[in-house]
Amino acid sequence: QDTQEKEKTLPPERAEEAKLKAKYPNLGQKPGGSDFLMKRLQKGQKYFDSGDYNMAKAKMKNKQLPSAGPDKNLVTGDHIPTPQDLPQRKSSLVTSKLAG
Amino acid sequence: FLGAGGGNDIQWCFSQVKGAVDDDVAEADIISTVEFNHSGELLATGDKGGRVVIFQQEQENKTQSHSRGEYNVYSTFQSHEPEFDYLKSLEIEEKINKIRWLPQKNAAQFLLSTNDKTIKLWKISERDKRPEGYNLKEEDGRYRDPTTVTTLRVPVFRPMDLMVEASPRRIFANAHTYHINSISINSDYETYLSADDLRINLWHLEITDRSFNIVDIKPANMEELTEVITAAEFHPNSCSTFVYSSSKGTIRLCDMRASALCDRHSKLFEEPEDPSNRSFFSEIISSISDVKFSHSGRYMMTRDYLSVKIWDLNMENRPVETYQVHEYLRSKLCSLYENDCIFDKFECCWNGLDRQVEFFSVLHFSIVMTGSYNNFFRMFDRNTKRDITLEASRENNKPRTVLKPRKVCASGKRKKDEISVDSLDFNKKILHTAWHPKENIIAVATTNNLYIFQDKMN
Repeated sequence: QDTQEKEKTLPPERAEEAKLKAKYPNLGQKPGGSDFLMKRLQKGQKYFDSGDYNMAKAKMKNKQLPSAGPDKNLVTGDHIPTPQDLPQRKSSLVTSKLAG
Repeated sequence: FLGAGGGNDIQWCFSQVKGAVDDDVAEADIISTVEFNHSGELLATGDKGGRVVIFQQEQENKTQSHSRGEYNVYSTFQSHEPEFDYLKSLEIEEKINKIRWLPQKNAAQFLLSTNDKTIKLWKISERDKRPEGYNLKEEDGRYRDPTTVTTLRVPVFRPMDLMVEASPRRIFANAHTYHINSISINSDYETYLSADDLRINLWHLEITDRSFNIVDIKPANMEELTEVITAAEFHPNSCSTFVYSSSKGTIRLCDMRASALCDRHSKLFEEPEDPSNRSFFSEIISSISDVKFSHSGRYMMTRDYLSVKIWDLNMENRPVETYQVHEYLRSKLCSLYENDCIFDKFECCWNGLDRQVEFFSVLHFSIVMTGSYNNFFRMFDRNTKRDITLEASRENNKPRTVLKPRKVCASGKRKKDEISVDSLDFNKKILHTAWHPKENIIAVATTNNLYIFQDKMN
């Protein structure tokens, strides 16, 4: 009954934290800190190793090439980026719709 | 603006909306910055596609004293292009992070626009005459055979249809390893600062090949990184003073007269935290996403995830006022973390004209504005302590009809016309708002539309 009462009086932020930890038990001990800071600094970083890429291509000749999952937490080149993964990189030649 | 009630007597009405109606928003059309120029005549927007669109207010119709001029497209240009840094294997977005106008010195207008890495000074000039009557050229540009010229005439300028041209006059590049989040023009109108996650640089507007580093918080060992710079701004009157905010909710005020490298702050503004309330989310939601000085320079306003705080520059240990923007989100932090909304960077702004002379007295009104979700935006009247929630939606678009205030029901029984927290659309965020420097006209950007509201004129 004691723990039940503790949960009831938990401030909303701590209750939300408990929810998150329940979903992701491996979440870093550091409070929301350096992990997301490093991600912020590495925005735009693309990792590519042509050797790995060609080896993977050779191995998977008959299978489909692995593509990047929707995992947002991927910071380093754990997977082999393929041309299909890379987003289209062309500038906007079209006029903004605000001016239309 | 009548009555002694102060700014809260403002009745906001829809004026205009710019942008596409369709729900399918192209990435490039996402508005990333909105800024009025110093007179309020021009309104600039930047988007994720690297484009700048400038609107100009029509001259007021002398016969129709009931309406202010509308904003129409004046100029549009591609400011930045996507780039790839092959040396660092880094993709550089063309998204315009900030636009800042220079005060007008001559017929042309100048603005600074920046993406993550490069700042550009753009000159926007009008051409309304062209030379005609050349001796060696036909009117269509073809060259005449000189031997056919028998008489000479003096070319003259004749009027032509107005053409507005934008040209890049300076490119300030290669000074930022990390991503630029702010630019701010100094009150000396000769220099400006640019801030990235770890460093702040000082530039002279005329000089592009040199920049002075004035703040560097990069630790010797990146493993020790605990804090990044999130915004920076020069003091409006004191040309040696600037502030920068951090991801830990602190603001540092620095004086460039103290030393060349302002790593040691002159003042540190930080509100003490209640240790019993500390959670995984505390630091993330305390991260300051915007800092803005008041026009007098006596106060500054900061925006963190859930609130707006007003600080008196003379008091470092806590803000003088705190306004809750959407406190009901505190019990939704888990899902807001999962969908990344907790990292949304909301901006804030002060009202423009903060003084109104009426008869023999001077009324000071002070209102701050910021955005929220579901295309809601909030205003806080610092004098009356009243606040209001309004919505930027095409459903309210009848000119001169006063906008109806909105209310979010945090818990319990939802009254008619209220919206429950779970029904809020978190994809509809208002991150960027701007207030005309002299009139009660505001520009509010939804994802891909720009709304202009003005107060009801009687």
